[in-house]
Amino acid sequence: MEAHSSEVFVIGLTVFFLACIIGYYVVWSVTPALHSPLMGVTNAISSVIIVGAILAAGPQGFDTSKIFGLIGVVLASVNIFGGFLVTYRMLSMFKKKTKKTKEKK
Amino acid sequence: MVAILYLISALLFIFALRGLSHPESSRMGNIFGVIGMIIAVFTTLMFKSVLSYYEIGAAILVGGAIGSFIALRIEMTALPQLVAAFHSLVGLAAVFVAAAAFYDPVAFSIGKVGSIKTASLVEMSIGTFIGAITFSGSVLAFGKLQGTISGKPIVFKFQHLINALIFLLIIFLIVLFVINQSPTIFWTIVIVSILLGFLVVIPIGGADMPVVVSMLNSYSGWAACGIGFTLSNNLLIITGALVGASGAILSYIMSKGMNRSIINVVLGGFGGEQDTGASKDNSDKIVKQGNAEDAAYIMKNADSVIIVPGYGMAVAQAQHALREMGDILKKEGIEVRYAIHPVAGRMPGHMNVLLAEANVPYEEVLELDEINHDFPMTEVSFVIGANDVTNPAAKTDESSPIFGMPILDVEKSQSVLFVKRSMATGYSGVDNELFYRDNTTMLFGDAKKMCEDIVKSLSA
Repeated sequence: MEAHSSEVFVIGLTVFFLACIIGYYVVWSVTPALHSPLMGVTNAISSVIIVGAILAAGPQGFDTSKIFGLIGVVLASVNIFGGFLVTYRMLSMFKKKTKKTKEKK
Repeated sequence: MVAILYLISALLFIFALRGLSHPESSRMGNIFGVIGMIIAVFTTLMFKSVLSYYEIGAAILVGGAIGSFIALRIEMTALPQLVAAFHSLVGLAAVFVAAAAFYDPVAFSIGKVGSIKTASLVEMSIGTFIGAITFSGSVLAFGKLQGTISGKPIVFKFQHLINALIFLLIIFLIVLFVINQSPTIFWTIVIVSILLGFLVVIPIGGADMPVVVSMLNSYSGWAACGIGFTLSNNLLIITGALVGASGAILSYIMSKGMNRSIINVVLGGFGGEQDTGASKDNSDKIVKQGNAEDAAYIMKNADSVIIVPGYGMAVAQAQHALREMGDILKKEGIEVRYAIHPVAGRMPGHMNVLLAEANVPYEEVLELDEINHDFPMTEVSFVIGANDVTNPAAKTDESSPIFGMPILDVEKSQSVLFVKRSMATGYSGVDNELFYRDNTTMLFGDAKKMCEDIVKSLSA
């Protein structure tokens, strides 16, 4: 069991580093004008932590762990809905000029 | 099956970020993010151990209603504090999930109460530690941005030493916790980490908030990562790493925009240099003062105008009046563009969002390196609510606290109009020699009122 769990950890670590590298390249490709929406989106998706909260809130009955889980679900939901909606609001404001574009630069 | 669905969800999150490379693809990206989240939630609900659908559903409804209400009501100028508040919730949620895992390790298959696997304990306490710091740091950042707490940096002696000692104490507590798995020590870690979060953000001043907000954004990602390791959940690890990387890059860009090192940022404690900003005595110099009619006249006779907005524009909510001014000038055949400094405002991209809100087409809004070489060919620079980011001292005066900071070269344009409330120095405390130049006209007054007056004069 112990050997197995260290393997799981190494897999997790592999995933972690690869994800960091992907994140590095993807985020550098984000246009600076959209850095605020980027924060909105990352804020919303970091609330994927709700997965852990649901697992804790999952079992029937009521104990400490379940209450913590439910609080976690509420907090993460505020973020998920709030984060995506506020990003949606921001992005829907970034409009293209409808008239002919003036010469740039 | 679960692993595959989680993988799809993680991929969708990557696409969500990828979409932000262009405004046109960004809306689709946001939708990808939403779908990814729905998949993640429903996949988890399908777990055999998850039975209490009503309670969970109710919790999601409550949280969702609160979140939606806030997100739909919030003013765009209040975005930075909203983001800070949201970060604090992620941090707090991480703490609660870690606590839940600690009290019911069986539900997460990481062992039994009192005999949780060592690796899980370490991961759990690291997640808790980062989560708690994110929570309290963000609460404080929120207070500073909202104005509930003074935005001034609070500095005291041995600040860094105290923070370092607290950090060592936390490491010691984590070791202790791993050995004896005591709930008391778990909560002590939470409380001490919360304290550290406050102490890290407290010395940081208002204008440095873009860095802090991005930094906390990053922390919230690492917190999710820590929990992901605890639960051996790849989706959480991937998402946490994406968010962590994103926040780290934003902090890097922001600190670069202020010519500060990333170490300086991570340690906090900047903004303490205000006092050293002793400026030369400029009281004998003459400032050319103008009014809205003068500004209207100057701009009407120009071929090109570059508008440089700063935090002052956000405070005065002047973006709509400013856009109106720009529209009239464009109708006159004048080329109008906007130049955004990386650290303008209180969060990354703050100015872009406000201008977008006022319906300024994004093609007219340019970043520092895109527009800086155009200033010499520009007749009028219209600086509204910005100061330090235009100060030539950053290039010439080595003794200046802002020396080395990249600036917008408004000095190179033929004339400069400064909309300011007073002669007060900017955040850095440095006097701006531009104010005293012959080709500079100071327009004193509220930014919004000034724009409206200029609009009136222009259409008269």
